Amino acid sequence: MKKLLSPLIVLVLLVGLNAVLPSVLNPYLLQVLMLIGINIILAVSLNLVNGFTGQFSIGHAGFMAVGAYGSAMFTLTQGVPMLAKLTAMGIPAEIAQGALLLVALVLGGLLAALFGYLVGLPSLRLRGDYLAIVTLGFGEIIRVIILNVDAIGGARGLPGIPKWADFFWVFLMVAVVITLARNLAHSTHGRALFAIRDDEIAAEALGVDTTQYKVLAFVLGAFFAGVAGGLFAHFLSYLNPSTFQFTKSIEIIAMVVLGGMGSISGSVLAAIVLTLLPELLRTAGALRMVIYSLMLITLMIVRPQGLLGTAEISLDLMLERVGLKKKPTSPARGGAR
Amino acid sequence: MSQLQVDGLDVYYGAVHALKGVNVRAEAGEIVTLIGANGAGKTTLLRTISGLVPAKGGRVMFEGKDITKIPAHEIVALGISQSPEGRMVFANLSVEDNLELGAYRRKDGAGVRKDRDAMFQLFPRLLERRKQLSGTLSGGEQQMLAIARALMSRPRLLLLDEPSLGIAPLLVRDIFKNIVEINRGGVTVLLVEQNAHMALSIAKRGYVLETGKVVLEDDAAKLATNDEVRAAYLGG
Repeated sequence: MKKLLSPLIVLVLLVGLNAVLPSVLNPYLLQVLMLIGINIILAVSLNLVNGFTGQFSIGHAGFMAVGAYGSAMFTLTQGVPMLAKLTAMGIPAEIAQGALLLVALVLGGLLAALFGYLVGLPSLRLRGDYLAIVTLGFGEIIRVIILNVDAIGGARGLPGIPKWADFFWVFLMVAVVITLARNLAHSTHGRALFAIRDDEIAAEALGVDTTQYKVLAFVLGAFFAGVAGGLFAHFLSYLNPSTFQFTKSIEIIAMVVLGGMGSISGSVLAAIVLTLLPELLRTAGALRMVIYSLMLITLMIVRPQGLLGTAEISLDLMLERVGLKKKPTSPARGGAR
Repeated sequence: MSQLQVDGLDVYYGAVHALKGVNVRAEAGEIVTLIGANGAGKTTLLRTISGLVPAKGGRVMFEGKDITKIPAHEIVALGISQSPEGRMVFANLSVEDNLELGAYRRKDGAGVRKDRDAMFQLFPRLLERRKQLSGTLSGGEQQMLAIARALMSRPRLLLLDEPSLGIAPLLVRDIFKNIVEINRGGVTVLLVEQNAHMALSIAKRGYVLETGKVVLEDDAAKLATNDEVRAAYLGG
């Protein structure tokens, strides 16, 4: 019962906020909020690869693009006609739309995961910098292919994607990816990933199939990047290949590094900060990106381990800090991570 | 049949011929030591046995089974475990988590917990620091953890790579006592050491490696009195 309670609370909260927010927030703020959600998914999913497993992937925007275009094409070719059919059968439009969006997101995610598998299987036998170069190349190849395939809009972009992704769907996926990452971190599989990050040879020597785990982390990360791409497509209703440039990958890496490698709450926090910051700095005009970059540099000098290091924000920890709760005599399991 | 038999092992690192037809064996229940200078191929030999480095020629037999081509993560399940050089503990994980990773291939949760407690008995210092991140341990403590972690897979053959490296002499003595104790529990130990004096004092037999070849093989006691060995590795 207790196990079901918190998902239920989250669901009720999401539905409630979804109904209220559009009338409280202006469209601009709502859009920023949605982008924060999508960036959280991207950052947490990249953290599975770069933070948990210690691999350096810089092609996350490529997987996002695969998911975005994949899910958008499904919706445009299959989803829209199906919605008409389903509503004609008497199914309420909202439910049919949600179900079709979910299918599109999962398909986009699976397509990205497949690409992740194809890229990861040969390249994850390589170490560090080689992998970085392979993933960088992959991301660029994807973008160039999209740019040149006329059927998906080419350089003109892909317009007319129905705007099905609302607050509910974006933050539902945020909840899913965070829950999954958290559960992974506390499992045997998670420990195996951390072991690979800390010392690959030692992990292999202890019986961890390091290649298999690296591919697993990579595929999982690619899947959620694809889901984020799908949400992005169904929220902006227009896709353009230039969105998925190398700089987008760097932006996501910045969130992971700034938040703290391996810290899930760190990724969330950094995704929020790095999405808000450029918006807040709009008043600075031409100096906006200069200030933004300077702040990034300063943060990295002051806190090289990231905002949270490898620690996690937890309610217990916060209560301890303000003295409302006594510190347990032996620190909680995994609390130091 | 020896428990471990290495026949004519050839290993290359790119163009470098690191092991040149090495023959080594270990009987069940022995402590066997490999001594030799830096770059003689001691670590390479251990890593080839544990599957981390591929062999170009020759073979490794363990308990009658050819394990030359078996990947490292499966060799652990066969009963061989390695404590790597330079300790290589998982610095961002707690002592307990490191130990649990040692038992990664095991499915018997109760047995794992029992063995973990046994490790804390063998190395009481680890018990005091069980929740601590292993990167914050001292060198000696990290070495203890690396050995304990290797034992968590319940190996019948333990490969120890330079357990005395960079550790205070007093602690080295403790660790060698532990190694003898582990061996008494029925684990065969293949010990690579630069501290030849310590290694020969606890081993039954020993091999001397020089630039990828076994140049000497004898009872440990005889090696310890051998003039060449004394001159080269025991400081006269």
